[in-house]
Amino acid sequence: MRPELLHLPLALFCAPLLPGIINRVKAFFAGRCGPSVFQPYRDLLKLLRKGAVFSRTATWVFRAGPLASLVCAAAALALLPLGGLPALVCFPGDIVLFAYVLALGRFCTVAAALDTGSAFEGMGASREVWFAALAEPALLLGLAAMARQGGELSLTGLYGSLEPAVLLAPGGPALLLVAAALLIITLAENSRIPFDDPDTHLELTMIHEVMVLDHSGPDFGLIQYAAALRLWLLGALAAGLLLPVRTGRPWLDLTAGLCGLCAVALFTGVVESVMARLRLTRVSQLLAAAAAFSVLALMLVRGAP
Amino acid sequence: MSFWLESLIILVVLCNLRVLGSSRLTACIQTVALQGALLGLLPVLAHLDALSARLLLQAAASTVLKAAVFPWLLNRALRQAGLQREVEPFVGFTASLAAGVLFLGAALWLAARLPHAGPEALSRLVPTALFTIFVGLFVIVSRRQAVTQVLGYLVFENGIYAFGMAFAEKQPLLVELGILLDVFMGVFVMGITLFHIHREFDHLDTDRLTALRDS
Repeated sequence: MRPELLHLPLALFCAPLLPGIINRVKAFFAGRCGPSVFQPYRDLLKLLRKGAVFSRTATWVFRAGPLASLVCAAAALALLPLGGLPALVCFPGDIVLFAYVLALGRFCTVAAALDTGSAFEGMGASREVWFAALAEPALLLGLAAMARQGGELSLTGLYGSLEPAVLLAPGGPALLLVAAALLIITLAENSRIPFDDPDTHLELTMIHEVMVLDHSGPDFGLIQYAAALRLWLLGALAAGLLLPVRTGRPWLDLTAGLCGLCAVALFTGVVESVMARLRLTRVSQLLAAAAAFSVLALMLVRGAP
Repeated sequence: MSFWLESLIILVVLCNLRVLGSSRLTACIQTVALQGALLGLLPVLAHLDALSARLLLQAAASTVLKAAVFPWLLNRALRQAGLQREVEPFVGFTASLAAGVLFLGAALWLAARLPHAGPEALSRLVPTALFTIFVGLFVIVSRRQAVTQVLGYLVFENGIYAFGMAFAEKQPLLVELGILLDVFMGVFVMGITLFHIHREFDHLDTDRLTALRDS
C-alpha cells in the first residue's frame, strides 16, 4: 500500500487524538490525572448517539452548517502533504485553495450561527470573523514567503522540497519567522488560549464556543470533529516547516510528520497552561504581529536560485 | 555560518518591531539593549576566521556599553521619574508596526540601489541598518516621553553602527571608540537632563515643554 494514500484515512482517524493530547498536557500542568487521550473519541461517539434539537427560527442553513464545515476540513486535508509525502490532490496554486477551503468552512459555521437569530451568537460570529480577517493575510503571506523561497506553488511541492539544508541556506532563517506566524495562526484559528478559551462558558469572553452553542447532539459532534481536523491541518503546516525530516523512506517521513503534529499539540497544551487569555483588544495586535512576521519573511527570503 | 549571521540580522529586525509596538518602557529598554548586544556580536561572527584583539576589544566595549551601561542609566532615570508606560504617542502602536513594515520595504528598495562592497554574508545588513536608522528617527518624532526619544536615539545609533559594519570592514579603532564615547556621554547627559526635567516639571512629556512660560 502506498503511504500517501494512507495519510487521509490516518488523519481522519487520528485527528481527535490531538485535543486529547492537549487536554492531557493541561491536566499534567494542573497536577491532575486528566482524561485519557482517547476521551475525545468517547465524547464523539456519545454525541453521535444523541438526538438533536433545532430552534423553530432556524432554517436549513443552520442544519447544514456543521456538515459543511466538516466537509471543508476534509477537502483541505486532501490538499495537505504530511512529512514529505505528497498530498492526495496537488496542482500549482493549491496553497490559495487550501487557505480558502478553510475560510469556506468558517463561513459555513458563521452562517449557521447567524441563522439562529440569537444576538448572542451574532456577537460570537462577528468576533470570529474579525480574527479570521486578521489571520488570513498572515497565513497567505506566510505561504507566499515559502513559495518564493522554494519556487513552488503547490503545498506538496513546497513541503516536498523542504530539507534541513533549505533552512540553513541563505534566506532560510526567514522561514523560521513563517513557522512562528503559522504557530500563532494555529492557535488563533483553532480558538486556543491566547485568543479564546475553549473551556470557558462565560458569555462575554467566548468566541468560538458562542457560535456553536445552539448545536446539539450529532451536529455538535461533527463540529468538534471538524475542529480536531483543523488543528491537524494547521498544525501539520507548522510542524512540517519546523521538522523537515527527509530520509527518503516514506514510512520514516510519515512517522516524523506525526511526531511533529504531536509536538504541536504539546506546544499548544503548554501555551494553554502557562498563558492567560489575552484581552480582546490585544488579540488583534498579536495577529498583526503574526502578519508582520509573514511580511518580513516574504521580504527577507532570497527567492529560488 | 551564514545561518547564524542571518538569524542575528532577523533578530535585529524583530527588536526594531518590538520597540515600535511596545508601550512598556522597561521592555523597550531591554529590547534596545538586546539589539545593541546582537550588533556587538555581529562583527565577531562575521570575521570568525580572522579574529584580532582589536576586533574583540571593539566588540566587547560596544556590547558592555549598549547592553549593560545604557540600560542601567535609563532604568535609573525611569525609576527616578516613576514612569512605566509611553501613553498616547503621536502615532499609535499598531500604526507604528504597520509603518515599520513600510520602512523595511523602503530600506530593502533603497539598499538594492546601493553598491554592495562587503562580504556576501553581510548583504542583508545594509537594508537592516537602513531600517534601524528609519525606526530610530521615527521613534524620536512619534513619541511624547523624553525617555522613549532617548531610546530612539540609541536605536538610530545602532543603525549607524550596523551601517558602518556593512561598508567599512576595518574602521580605525580610534574612530569607533570615539563614537562609543560620544554616545556614552550623550546618554549620560540625557539621563541627567531627564532627571532635571522631571524635577522641574513633574513629567517627562516633551510635547508640553513648548508651553514653559508662566501665565
